Amino acid sequence: MTNRVEIALKRNVRDARGLRVKREIEEFLRLPVAEVRTIDVYTVDAALTGEELDSAAAGPLSDPVIQERSIDKPIAAAFDWGVEVGFRPGVTDNVGRTAREAIEYLTGRSFQPGEAVYTAVQYLISGELARTDVERIATGLLCNPLIQRFTILSGDEFHRQGGFPAVVPRVAETVGANGRSPVQEIDLEVSDEELLRISREGVLALTLEEMLIIQAHYRSSLVRTQRAGVGLGHAPTDVELECLAQTWSEHCKHKIFSGTVQYEDAEGNRQEIKSLFKSFIQQTTKDVREKLGERDFCLSVFKDNAGVIRFNDDWSLVFKVETHNSPSALDPYGGALTGIVGVNRDPFGTGMGARLIFNTDVFCFADPFYAKPLPSRLLHPRRIYEGVVEGVEHGGNKSGIPTVNGSLVFDDRFSGKPLVFCGTAGFMPARINEQPSHEKSILPGDLIVMTGGRIGKDGIHGATFSSEELNENSPVTAVQIGDPITQKRMFDFLIRARDKGLYRFITDNGAGGLSSSIGEMCGEVGGCRMDLALAPLKYPGLKPWEILISEAQERMSLAVPPEQINEFLAMAKRFGVEATVLGEFTDSGVFHILHGEETVAWLPVSFMHEGLPPLQLPAKWTPPVNSEVEVEVKGSYTEDLLKLLGALNICSKESVVRRYDHEVQGGSVVKPFTGVANDGPSDAAVVRPLLDSFEGVAVAHGICPRYSDIDTYHMTANAIDEALRNYVAVGGSLELVAGLDNFCWCDPVLSEKTPDGPYKMAQLVRSNQALYDVCLAYNLPLVSGKDSMKNDFYDGGVKISIPPTLLFSVIGKIEDARRAVTMDVKRPGDIVYLLGATGAELGGSEYFALHGGVGNGVPVVDTSAAYLRYRAYGRALQAGTVASCHDLSDGGLAVAAAESAFAGGYGMNLLLSELLWCGDTAEKNDATLLFSESASRLLVTVRPERSAEFQTYMADTGFSAIGTVTEAPELVVNGLNGNVVVAAGLADLKEAWQATLREL
Amino acid sequence: MAKTRAIVITGNGTNCETEAAHACRLGGFDEVVIAHLAEILSGEIRLDDFHFLNLTGGFLDGDDLGSAKAQANRLKNAVVAGNGEKLVEQFTRFIRDGKLILGVCNGFQLMVKMGMLPGMEGGELNQTVTLTHNDSGRFQDRWTWLKVDPASPSVYTKGVAGLYLPVRHGEGKFVTDSPETLERILDGRLAVLTYSTPDYRESSMEFPLNPNGSQNAIAGICDPTGRLMGLMPHPEAFVHYTQHPRWTRESLPEEGDGLILFRNAAEYVRKNLR
Repeated sequence: MTNRVEIALKRNVRDARGLRVKREIEEFLRLPVAEVRTIDVYTVDAALTGEELDSAAAGPLSDPVIQERSIDKPIAAAFDWGVEVGFRPGVTDNVGRTAREAIEYLTGRSFQPGEAVYTAVQYLISGELARTDVERIATGLLCNPLIQRFTILSGDEFHRQGGFPAVVPRVAETVGANGRSPVQEIDLEVSDEELLRISREGVLALTLEEMLIIQAHYRSSLVRTQRAGVGLGHAPTDVELECLAQTWSEHCKHKIFSGTVQYEDAEGNRQEIKSLFKSFIQQTTKDVREKLGERDFCLSVFKDNAGVIRFNDDWSLVFKVETHNSPSALDPYGGALTGIVGVNRDPFGTGMGARLIFNTDVFCFADPFYAKPLPSRLLHPRRIYEGVVEGVEHGGNKSGIPTVNGSLVFDDRFSGKPLVFCGTAGFMPARINEQPSHEKSILPGDLIVMTGGRIGKDGIHGATFSSEELNENSPVTAVQIGDPITQKRMFDFLIRARDKGLYRFITDNGAGGLSSSIGEMCGEVGGCRMDLALAPLKYPGLKPWEILISEAQERMSLAVPPEQINEFLAMAKRFGVEATVLGEFTDSGVFHILHGEETVAWLPVSFMHEGLPPLQLPAKWTPPVNSEVEVEVKGSYTEDLLKLLGALNICSKESVVRRYDHEVQGGSVVKPFTGVANDGPSDAAVVRPLLDSFEGVAVAHGICPRYSDIDTYHMTANAIDEALRNYVAVGGSLELVAGLDNFCWCDPVLSEKTPDGPYKMAQLVRSNQALYDVCLAYNLPLVSGKDSMKNDFYDGGVKISIPPTLLFSVIGKIEDARRAVTMDVKRPGDIVYLLGATGAELGGSEYFALHGGVGNGVPVVDTSAAYLRYRAYGRALQAGTVASCHDLSDGGLAVAAAESAFAGGYGMNLLLSELLWCGDTAEKNDATLLFSESASRLLVTVRPERSAEFQTYMADTGFSAIGTVTEAPELVVNGLNGNVVVAAGLADLKEAWQATLREL
Repeated sequence: MAKTRAIVITGNGTNCETEAAHACRLGGFDEVVIAHLAEILSGEIRLDDFHFLNLTGGFLDGDDLGSAKAQANRLKNAVVAGNGEKLVEQFTRFIRDGKLILGVCNGFQLMVKMGMLPGMEGGELNQTVTLTHNDSGRFQDRWTWLKVDPASPSVYTKGVAGLYLPVRHGEGKFVTDSPETLERILDGRLAVLTYSTPDYRESSMEFPLNPNGSQNAIAGICDPTGRLMGLMPHPEAFVHYTQHPRWTRESLPEEGDGLILFRNAAEYVRKNLR
């Protein structure tokens, strides 16, 4: 029996959702609407009595104070157009799931298989609109057709038909009909063209070379004999082929970072690099750790889901940053939500499992006010912005993890693919049940256990899909919607199971699903035997290969010793968490998958993990020559400064940041916003993970994709320097700080689609070279990271490639969080110091961007000078001599000074003549001194009575006093000739900085 | 002397249990237990063994049916394993025994949706007020000034004129079912906390001072006994000066404003409930 329960706000209650939609229709689509009201629709597809339905509608489904309800009778009355939006079959419906549970509590009995509650929202629009306008509203705003369906009715149609029809988006059963086996064999004894067709049409993303390797494997007589022993034929099953495609995907295998690169530099020197990952990233950590010697604090690097470092004798710190770019391009909300709850599982699945203490987010978008035409398959940047921001908001806030640090970066090339970086830090006792918590193992005979959510068709081919073009048939399964609450329940249970020692190994089910998690666990122990028919499904009808590779969310895979399994399962049941034994780990050397009695996959572990030869990648570096930008000499730069403060990459992101809970768990010490009105932008975050201790964690990041237009070596060096100087600015210790790299590149593999592959590959090589050089100089071991290498849009005509982007994150310790320093000036009379020299380095700067160019003089990081400066500053800070400190980055000195001043509510009077200069004095001028983005500089204020002491600490590190903090609320900068070149009231500066994104 | 015992309930999306327990300890409770709802429903832990119950912040069941709705339904209908007692009976007995319940944010939403607050029906659980979407339509994390009604019966706010605390919610707008209910709340001096100007003199309807558009700027209410109280702002989030957004520029006492609520609760238990 299907019933429709409708819940509407009483007429006098403000409909916040409706008002927001009305505003968005007016702003995004420029259509006039008088009013939008909304109604929640619950389609209950279950055997309930009328009385039970009534009490469900009156109880959990509605709020009697503000809402009214109706069953099987539409509430909607006066309106011109109605749009009802619901989910497509198989898409995660969190509200529907909660409604089902609520009804089960109410009636005291469980739903039968196939019974469910589905939710939809009715938007009732009043206004003079044509049907085509309403279709635009539906597809352009209310609904993402990839995951949602909609119905439009005019007021007349609605009344004629008696309302919207009930829609039950049940997943149609597709398997098992006609007694056929749900497993297909795939004949690979075909032509090369046919092999490519199989790969393409199956969304396998396997190249011809890879298909031929698979073909050869199945031709081996030894393999054929062994397969015959388990009842398999010569040809691979679909389960095997899907499993290999997933295991060998760029997303999981990192073929570019492990490939062999033939690199030629600008001078024609050639070099063969066997694996960028091994040669640079792993090598960095190895060499830094050797350098640190006894001070080495790394505990587990690169081998687990996240990196682990020492925090103190009793606690370890865990960190991981991931990207979720392709899903966010398709479905910004679901993609980003999945991004954040997905990265949560990384620290949780590291070692024996860590409690999650904070999130970080960095988003790269195109201009949300973009007004030019876009290729038809791309969503408007504003929609991506709104969706991603909301997805991460829901994922982070609902999980109870504070979002403490992040940024928004804008460049129109991110219209091709937005970048959505989500990071999570974890905290775990250094030892759990007498064993080091960062180590784990599996023994043959341990049981394979999956916990958390059920498996559905969501997220099938997520791992292989990342590099494919959009097409009408695949999308529904390629994106997932996360469910933070199911995950939270699972974590609540697992952290208790961890402390009781109920499992031996834990890992995340992310990209590639069980195929990946169990496949990797097999690598630890040597094999497995797993029955897919035991896996709990969201709905019937999944094929075995779909069960194996589904990326349905909120699942962890564990190895549970047989003697603990009863207690583990009983505890899971009490905590309302589903846990299922799927098989056991073995040392057979084989990834052996059954479906019931039937073997459906039989893959040697060595072939899965080592069967793929390295890619051969040509790389040739030809330095680009950009046209130079003329620095205009003028009397006043106040207008330029106001414009820069309002530039997307500089302006306040407060409208976004306030939507993220940055204080839950109670440990927040340096918040995202600071200063007299709580609205100045902090450089980094400080958090106390233990509420009865003042030992803190500091976290910061650097990202500067604009410099890639000149040289990715310097892009990378500047990103690392920016991360470290932000971290140092608030008081982070150089004794215990680690780095984490996230490469987001455009496809660098030479092909027909990518004729400039060798250049992009050379950019990647240069970035890695800088990573090694700078991290070694800064004693920054890399503890984890991730790469995403296919960030292009290509529809056969238009190609949009993102600028090569490195997000560099640092995490470390602040011994006493009460020593932390914020960026707001504190009191009039304090002396303003600029640490570090300024040079003619406006290439790739925001100032040049404002004037429509890139230039060539990119900032060059002098790591040895910078490191000495940071170390001296750290000592000055520990001694309590620093009143405020703000890092100089986008927009240079002028922007940093304006921000520090208006955050603190006091003015500044600065003298450009006092700045230290580096380079040819002929290039020295007011504009360059104001706006150059020379690296490694910090703007510091110090009480006059502490200034001598401060200067002693900073001796010989390159700094100068450049002015004072003033009572007058005005920023005044005197040029080289003594004339005033910037003069602006703090209120005007702040307004320019806040206005741009205030209403978003 | 018997020990003073506080319990913090967690599970199904509660997020603030650690800092709430920390605040109870700092406030002076001898024993503080974080109990997962599963442990209460299994009968392992009984509310009867505690004096002070904390329903704290989070997103119960994702707030999927409206904030805390699903948990209110669960608490009303779920049965405790063993003796067949409904969990709600443990709650009503706890209230009848004169014990203390503090609901913060999602916990406040839970209390009003279960009908525990404003609790003017003499023990009947009957919902008469609600907390709904902020006027801005957006989740907000920002600090607010809260004016305390000195004439309120709340046991938590004795001796307090004003509090500076963060709000972190998307559904914090306080609304009553009728003007009569609002009148009874005001007449009974049950509107303990209102969003106010920084000097704590005037209640404010202006954003961002009033972050959600609450009726009469109401941020927290208590029942007529003063023992049950709920508030949207987070007292457990400000128990030490380093949690204050401007601690690097203002000279502040060691203790944060929110701690007094837990101190007063512990004091009340020591005097009245042991």
